[in-house]
Amino acid sequence: MAMTIHVDIVSAEESIYSGLVEAVIASAQEGEVGIYPRHAPLLTRLKAGEVRLLKDGKEEQFYISGGILEVQPHIVTILADTALRADDVNEAAALEAKAAAEKALNDKSAKLDFAEAQVQLAEAMAQLRAIERARKTRKH
Amino acid sequence: MASGKEIRTQIASIKSTQKITSAMEMVAASKMRKAQERMAATRPYADKILNVIQHLAFANPEYRHPYLQDREEKQRVGYIVVSSDRGLCGGLNNNLFKEVLHEIKSKSDKGLQVDICAIGQKASTFFSRLPVNMVAQVTQLGDAPRVHELIGSIKVMLDAYESGHIDSLYLVYNQFVNTMTQEDTFIRLLPATPGAPSEEMSHHWDYIYEPDAKEVLDDLLVRYIESVVYQGVVENIASEQASRMIAMKNASDNAGDLIDDLQLVYNKARQAAITQEISEIVAGAAAV
Repeated sequence: MAMTIHVDIVSAEESIYSGLVEAVIASAQEGEVGIYPRHAPLLTRLKAGEVRLLKDGKEEQFYISGGILEVQPHIVTILADTALRADDVNEAAALEAKAAAEKALNDKSAKLDFAEAQVQLAEAMAQLRAIERARKTRKH
Repeated sequence: MASGKEIRTQIASIKSTQKITSAMEMVAASKMRKAQERMAATRPYADKILNVIQHLAFANPEYRHPYLQDREEKQRVGYIVVSSDRGLCGGLNNNLFKEVLHEIKSKSDKGLQVDICAIGQKASTFFSRLPVNMVAQVTQLGDAPRVHELIGSIKVMLDAYESGHIDSLYLVYNQFVNTMTQEDTFIRLLPATPGAPSEEMSHHWDYIYEPDAKEVLDDLLVRYIESVVYQGVVENIASEQASRMIAMKNASDNAGDLIDDLQLVYNKARQAAITQEISEIVAGAAAV
């Protein structure tokens, strides 16, 4: 068997691939790269695209939406992103999170959601208990 | 004393409650197992990314990313508080919130203000009722949250840190120790202290960078923080399910005790009624 190199493709949510292959071909930010065993250490950003793994003359393909490629002489690690990331998309998501917080803060009068009603009920019950206790102690 | 029929309906009602709680216990147990698997699956990514960051920080001491620079807490502190979306999981959320309140109080004693980012419905409800500054929230993540659902709210906090609005950022969640124990945990996310690289990584060699070390490091740091928060969220889900499992087990056991007690009362009442009837018959027969 030809020389092999260990490849791990991991994302924040799961491990996608792990095993020995003969070569890795990925689309890096500066152009396509082919990694064979004993490649010099390399760290680069990946563009959205395919990662191809060559093994026994066969090819396995993975689609990733970007990430980081780390190469050491015998180990290749691909830190894959789980979603397409663009600055404007992230910005929109951030705004959405902010808006949700503001809505939760302001939306008190409209309709109480169930969780809030529960909290209020618990509070009212605690107050009643306190009042009752106060009454009892006064009687004695 | 309650009549036989009343006690019987009471027993039936407790039995049906017990059925629900024991079903919830079993559901929580299976969901907990899945959440634990998910927890294990997130680890390789975070470990790897930390390794690379350690190496980069070590190999490029002249470049200091803002996330890695030490900062004093002068004005504002940010907290990302992770909670569950639903209740019926024992004191899990309330214990965590109590710790956060302590922390907020100790910070405000020092004259610091607090920004909160709430993850999960319970945290959102809790902090929207308090006079704290809730700047972002994300709720209804379900049992299998995705990283991209968290990116927005994390970015709000990271932007606040970069612009100097907050001086440090903490992550608060319930750490899953084992089924019986969940510990509330505070992690300082920013400024980050990656620590020294391991033996293997610290040898005198360096990567070839494309495009350059700075940009790669920037990318990695953001992803690292996201992955830590994501891990926290996944771990909190495992904690929630474990805690719910225990709470529901206790509820089922208590329901069993209640049923036993009521059964005893019911039997006594029945016996008393029979005895009374017999003595009435005997007395009647004697009179004739």
